[in-house]
Amino acid sequence: MTGRQHLDEEALAELQDVMEDEFDVLIHTYIVDSRDRIASLKAALAAVEADTFARTAHSLKGSSINIGAPRLGELCLEAEEAGKAPDLGEASRLVGAIEHEFATVSGLLERLLVR
Amino acid sequence: MSHHSLRILIADDSDTDRLILQALVKRLGHEVIEATDGLDAVQKFREDNPDIVLLDALMPRMDGMEAARHIKALAGERLVPVIFLTSLSDAEDLARCLEAGGDDFLTKPYSRVIIEAKIKAFDRMRRMHDTLSRQHEQISERNRQLLEEQTVARRVFDNVAHTGCLDSPNIRYHASPLSVFNGDVLFASPRPAGGMLIFLGDFTGHGLPAAIGAMPVAEIFYGMVRKGFSSADVLREINQKLKLILPTGMFCCGAMVEVDFKAGQLRVWNGGLPEAWVIRSDGDLVLLPSRHLPLGILPPEQFESVAETVQVSPGDRLLVMTDGVLEVANEQGALFGLAGVRRCLEQLQPPRHPFDAVMAAVRQFSDKAAETDDLTLVSLDITDQPAVPEVSEQVLPSALAGPTEWRCEYEIRERTLGDFSPLPLLLHICLEVPGLRTRGGEIYTLLSELYNNALEHGILQLPSEWKRSAEGFGRYYSERQARLARVDGHFIRFRLHHTRKPGGGRLRVVCEDSGAGFDFQNHPLASGEAGADSSSRYAGRGLLLLKRLSKNITFRGKGNHVEIVYDWNFSAHQGDGDDRQTTP
Repeated sequence: MTGRQHLDEEALAELQDVMEDEFDVLIHTYIVDSRDRIASLKAALAAVEADTFARTAHSLKGSSINIGAPRLGELCLEAEEAGKAPDLGEASRLVGAIEHEFATVSGLLERLLVR
Repeated sequence: MSHHSLRILIADDSDTDRLILQALVKRLGHEVIEATDGLDAVQKFREDNPDIVLLDALMPRMDGMEAARHIKALAGERLVPVIFLTSLSDAEDLARCLEAGGDDFLTKPYSRVIIEAKIKAFDRMRRMHDTLSRQHEQISERNRQLLEEQTVARRVFDNVAHTGCLDSPNIRYHASPLSVFNGDVLFASPRPAGGMLIFLGDFTGHGLPAAIGAMPVAEIFYGMVRKGFSSADVLREINQKLKLILPTGMFCCGAMVEVDFKAGQLRVWNGGLPEAWVIRSDGDLVLLPSRHLPLGILPPEQFESVAETVQVSPGDRLLVMTDGVLEVANEQGALFGLAGVRRCLEQLQPPRHPFDAVMAAVRQFSDKAAETDDLTLVSLDITDQPAVPEVSEQVLPSALAGPTEWRCEYEIRERTLGDFSPLPLLLHICLEVPGLRTRGGEIYTLLSELYNNALEHGILQLPSEWKRSAEGFGRYYSERQARLARVDGHFIRFRLHHTRKPGGGRLRVVCEDSGAGFDFQNHPLASGEAGADSSSRYAGRGLLLLKRLSKNITFRGKGNHVEIVYDWNFSAHQGDGDDRQTTP
């Protein structure tokens, strides 16, 4: 599963084209949104709410795929499935991986904004 | 305009996804309305009335499926495409979206090309649906108009056709309860000289065309019968009129029944209707099948108005029907048929009325028979003294209008004596006098007694005592035919003279014939003495009738010159004529 890119440059270029001036807002929105969702994932895990965990992972998966972060999307899909299983051990491991991947992705995205 | 701008509702709780999608949709030139969850989406749908809805499947407060159900319900007849936004990969979840009323999916990551293609496709579908709905509405509206027109046509027809004397106690009938004209007509009218005429007709086709064709038939029937025309004359006139006005392929099956209660005689002409039945009081059945083509087919010179004559007595009944009775079908598709009618008449248990028996059998045969649109059935009871109610005129003209001072002379000669009855014409002239209009029966009786005496006894020299026996009756009529061929040099001349009198008028009728006359001086009735004899002329009823109806009767010359004076008053007839009756 590590085969996928952190960022899909082509998709991002298209987004930039479509969003025009709103591209910066989009990136910021995504980063803020995703931070909230990762916090929610942790909270759901702590409260042992597998269902909430799966739904949150599902949402993060959608926006990550849309923004052009395929590897993060893939990890979220695995987390959604672990939540549905439910396999909280696997879920806990995946939250770590998601947090790590998100750090990479948000770093790369912020660099796009500076450019 | 190559581009059709739509109003599109986007509902997604993910700010990121919503941002991307609204940017994509706006770039396609559409107006975007945003909602952040299902409840918000339903609310915005209500307020802004979007053309297409893009719904995220999983949302807080109300999920996409629930929202889709509400939106579809709100849209009603309108087609509002609902497209689910999803990264759902589970087939079951996708199926649930469609069950909730979704029309399609849009999967993440969003593709500009796919979004554009889907919006275009759904816009086409939406507009096609609108067009169809509009057309459907137009068709419904048109259909409503058609029905309304037919209802009006039916009302007009009912006014023209009125019910005549169908309300007589010895007539029973069933006609279609539908408001749309079904092509069946039923008329009945008393004859000025007594008895009545009944016409049952079944036009090909329904609705407006049939109603339009039927209207002149009603006018001819009531107009001519009132003036004393015979059933043959009325039939000939109807046939000629229909032949003229109806397009090829349209015609009228019909039966004309002329009843003479006094003579106990039914004359039935059947052109294309099912068998008419005479049900004797002892249960015997007489069938009167169709012997002619329907009305409106043959040209006047080929038309046969010869009717079948049936002797009847009180207690006998006549039943006439349209083929709707025979064509009543049960659930298995079997038809009631002639056999059905026969069965129920043969099994008739007195005192059950054959009309009731047939109607009950038809209803029992098929639940829907009562609403079947072409089912008309009429029965006539032969009675001794039928109480025929006056056919009330719809509009009575003012008593003061019309001719009151006039004189005319009319003579028919030679061959015409056998070919033509002058009575309707003479009656028509007399009834132009408004005060005489309600006395048509009496005037007709006077004229026909004078005319028949002049012709049959005066000119043809037929002895009336022949009519007293059955074989004599036949002899009388065959001799009448034979002698009518030898009337060279003969004539009957009517002189009518009307004058006004205070409070009414006086009609003077002189009837003169070329016959030998009779010895009125020594005739007990004619000379005013009591007692009847078997003299060859004015033997019985006829002279008494003339004496009763007229103020004065005078014989002149050889007895072939009769003058009667008929007086009338506006007030004298208050009870039965001059008071204006309104149609119930």
